[in-house]
Amino acid sequence: MTEMVFGTVPVRAGEPVLPRWWRTIDKWALSAILMLFGVGMLLGLAASVPLAEKNGLEPFYYVKRQAFFGSLGIIAMLLISMLSPTQVRRIGVIGFFFAFLAILALPVIGTDFGKGAVRWISFGFASVQPSEFLKPGFVIIAAWFMAAAHEVAGPPGRLYSFLLTVFIVVLLALQPDFGQASLVLFSWMVMYFIAGAPIFLLTGIAGLTAAGGLFAYNMSEHFARRINGFLSTEIDPRTQIGYATNAIQEGGFFGVGVGEGTVKWSLPDAHTDFIIAVAAEEYGLILVMIIIALYAIVVVRSLLRLMRERDPFTRLAGSGLACAFGVQALINMGVAVRLLPAKGMTLPFVSYGGSSVIASGIALGFLLALTRTRPQGELSDILARRK
Amino acid sequence: MIRTPLRPLARILDARARGENPDAIERENIRLRGEALRERARTTAEGRLLMMGVLFLAAFVTVGLRMGTLAASTPEEPQLGDSAPAILAQRADITDREGRVLATNLVTHALYAQPPMLVDPVGTADKLVKIFPDLNHDRLVKDFTGARKFVWIKKKISPEQLQAVHDIGDPGLLFGPREMRLYPNGSVAAHVLGGARFGAEGVNSAEIVGVAGVEKAFDGWLRDPANKGAPLQLSIDLTVQAALEEVLDGGMKLMDAKGASAVLMDVHTGEIVAMASLPDFDPNDRPAPLTKGDASDSPLFNRAVQGVYELGSTFKIFAVAQALELGLVNPTTMIPSQSPMIFGRFRIHDFHNYGPQLSVTDVIVESSNVGTARIVQMIGPERQKDFLGKMGFLAPTSVELSEAPTGRPILPAKWSEISSMTIGYGHGLSASPLHLAAAYSTIANGGRRVEPTLVHDPRHQEGERVLSEATAKRALAMMRAVVTRGTASFGDVRGYQVAGKTGSADKVKPTGGYYKDKVMATFAGTFPVTDPKYVLILSLDEASTFVAGENRRTAGWTAVPVAAEVIRRVAPLLGLRPEGNTPDVLDGIQLVVAKAGSH
Repeated sequence: MTEMVFGTVPVRAGEPVLPRWWRTIDKWALSAILMLFGVGMLLGLAASVPLAEKNGLEPFYYVKRQAFFGSLGIIAMLLISMLSPTQVRRIGVIGFFFAFLAILALPVIGTDFGKGAVRWISFGFASVQPSEFLKPGFVIIAAWFMAAAHEVAGPPGRLYSFLLTVFIVVLLALQPDFGQASLVLFSWMVMYFIAGAPIFLLTGIAGLTAAGGLFAYNMSEHFARRINGFLSTEIDPRTQIGYATNAIQEGGFFGVGVGEGTVKWSLPDAHTDFIIAVAAEEYGLILVMIIIALYAIVVVRSLLRLMRERDPFTRLAGSGLACAFGVQALINMGVAVRLLPAKGMTLPFVSYGGSSVIASGIALGFLLALTRTRPQGELSDILARRK
Repeated sequence: MIRTPLRPLARILDARARGENPDAIERENIRLRGEALRERARTTAEGRLLMMGVLFLAAFVTVGLRMGTLAASTPEEPQLGDSAPAILAQRADITDREGRVLATNLVTHALYAQPPMLVDPVGTADKLVKIFPDLNHDRLVKDFTGARKFVWIKKKISPEQLQAVHDIGDPGLLFGPREMRLYPNGSVAAHVLGGARFGAEGVNSAEIVGVAGVEKAFDGWLRDPANKGAPLQLSIDLTVQAALEEVLDGGMKLMDAKGASAVLMDVHTGEIVAMASLPDFDPNDRPAPLTKGDASDSPLFNRAVQGVYELGSTFKIFAVAQALELGLVNPTTMIPSQSPMIFGRFRIHDFHNYGPQLSVTDVIVESSNVGTARIVQMIGPERQKDFLGKMGFLAPTSVELSEAPTGRPILPAKWSEISSMTIGYGHGLSASPLHLAAAYSTIANGGRRVEPTLVHDPRHQEGERVLSEATAKRALAMMRAVVTRGTASFGDVRGYQVAGKTGSADKVKPTGGYYKDKVMATFAGTFPVTDPKYVLILSLDEASTFVAGENRRTAGWTAVPVAAEVIRRVAPLLGLRPEGNTPDVLDGIQLVVAKAGSH
């Protein structure tokens, strides 16, 4: 009888999984994600051809590979999005521990592919970047810790999550992988902020981050060169940024035409870090705006839906995942338009990369599972109001 | 905030009284508090989530706007491989005061290879080694067959070499046109010009960068396209410079000196008409700087500007001029001159003992250390330091050479009374010959300070007045007496009325103390004394000559005859007419002196 109260979500006992999933999932976000993947495949057709040619493979080798891994990622995403928050938490925590062990084992079994940072575990036919898988798991476990702190006489979860964060950030920075480290730190800060962090503490953390950046600038030549490149007023057209800027300008509003772009031949990272430049050059501002809008839809809709969420764990984990996803996209595109210093970060779900696309699928699956419509105690609100 | 206690005593007692379980009350309160806590957290989170949402939206919009502005702007033409600022060619020429070229540019070519385009790398390397025997064949083959895409082979090649390489006919061999700096007069004025090298090098041009001398000091000006190719006109006169260098070189060899320097300066304008330092070098092919040993032994070292030496008795005239200016003495004042003069634990010796007293003029003419020390004692250290400062001896010269700031005078740590006495006769203060030239110009031009300069500018420098004209005249008269009847008698060039002062300073040992047998012999003079136009400073380093059964090291025997020869050679070039004591009878032949306006 109480289910007839206006505004509540009907919960039907014994309803099959799929119809309930379809009824409660955020269809806007889901469609945006699928469209992003489609755009990624479209761009891969253009951007990964030079790489394939360089490595002596058939032109669409990387497109096919991406389609395969992308399908795996999407299937994982759909399956995970059918889970309940409790199941999400369990899987997330278990996944976190596996990824964590893999990262700890990196110095022994990892490889650096000659790029100067030991980030990958190679299986011959494919390689895995455990730090990509660590991120969603980390968000889940940190949210769990923080949510526990919401209980009366609960454990000091925020402190635990902070210690865990510091440990992981140090671990990632040692690889060195400052990009992933800053993403982990950022998602923790978002969750801590949502969980009600005191403002003065947030300012302190911001200061510490700045100090850390300064330290990295002074200690790592690789890092310092990128920052210097950003701060200099003139763009050296031979740098990646120079090529990217030029590509965006060449593209204009409607692009130079499909397959007509040239930037993909000059940029070594055209298929990953600078894929947005390829999009801008070949399809113009229109596609770029669509991509930005799709990301904005996923992030902003998820955050708005989470505003209604009453369960602290769901709220925190969801916002952490959404923000990590959004900020990664923002950093990638911000670098290409030179709002941010050059930092190698993939455009989630669009850039080429097996680990990246599967891990993004898992993370988005978690996010979709957590943002599903659920009864939120509106009934007790209504009853309380009536009193 | 007042919170309900988890176990409110009154309710628990009540419950106990009613026989209920009091723990239920605690559980109820914990539940209520937890709900309140969650509710508060939710309200906070609601606001903050909204804030995050808005922030993200704003960030996405920012990126979108930026993309939009970028897409709307026109792309710059990409400059592949040549992003550095365009290399400016056409470095301005350098000329002497008459417009004769001292430094100019010559179009030449650099030779480079693009190994991927080479048809026959090994054969090409063989042929290249035949043309350029200094190339290493194995190295060349390695470069040509390796992974390199670009190899510089030669930075400058001659037209004949260019043709020979062209005849190899390999498309991977390429020529980069560029300008090189050329000094057509070879080593003449080498230290003034300095030299240049290639800076940033591109395929189509190369930047020329001055490395020393005026080339470095005026590097920015010479490259500035705003000058529209106007040459840099120096105060140097090429003919005078060449004559000076030739005589100086001969004198240096004749007097067995290890080095020599000379400065010829216009006393009114401060223009350096000629300046030389030997040994010298060819600026077209600058030698490498010394990696060990004393930098002053390198031919690159400019003794006239960078070298600071104790210049000995040439300083005496400053003490006397100052004493005259202050009214402490006049030329006939008698000064005690008993040698040695004992001051505290110091003894001041003269070359000879000149007897109990000398007139001030004779102190200069005979070059008496004791007499000068007595005069300095009257002046006192503070006034002496102040005066020498006005003469320019306390700071490096401001001449337009990149080396000038390194010619910093060495001053005594403490300007005590005994230092002031030794400085009075030229020991204890080291300065460059150019410093001396500027100071002598002040006396010669009637008492005004002049700054030495290398840029042609015929205007008189109206510098600060250091001496009155009367004092300057009296000092000149004394210096003229040095030439007519004193230590510089070999310097009396007929017709040019030379005045001057000698200085034979024992050289300072690097370990402290003075060498007994190494002398820096200097002649500082001006001519013609009736209306001085030029000052000549000429120094010979460790000169000695065997004359009249004796090894002579004093300047009167070494530096003065060389200086006299210089004046004899350059005075006509400078446009000075011989005048005055032209004899009517020479070797018994009556000379016919043409009167102006008659044949």
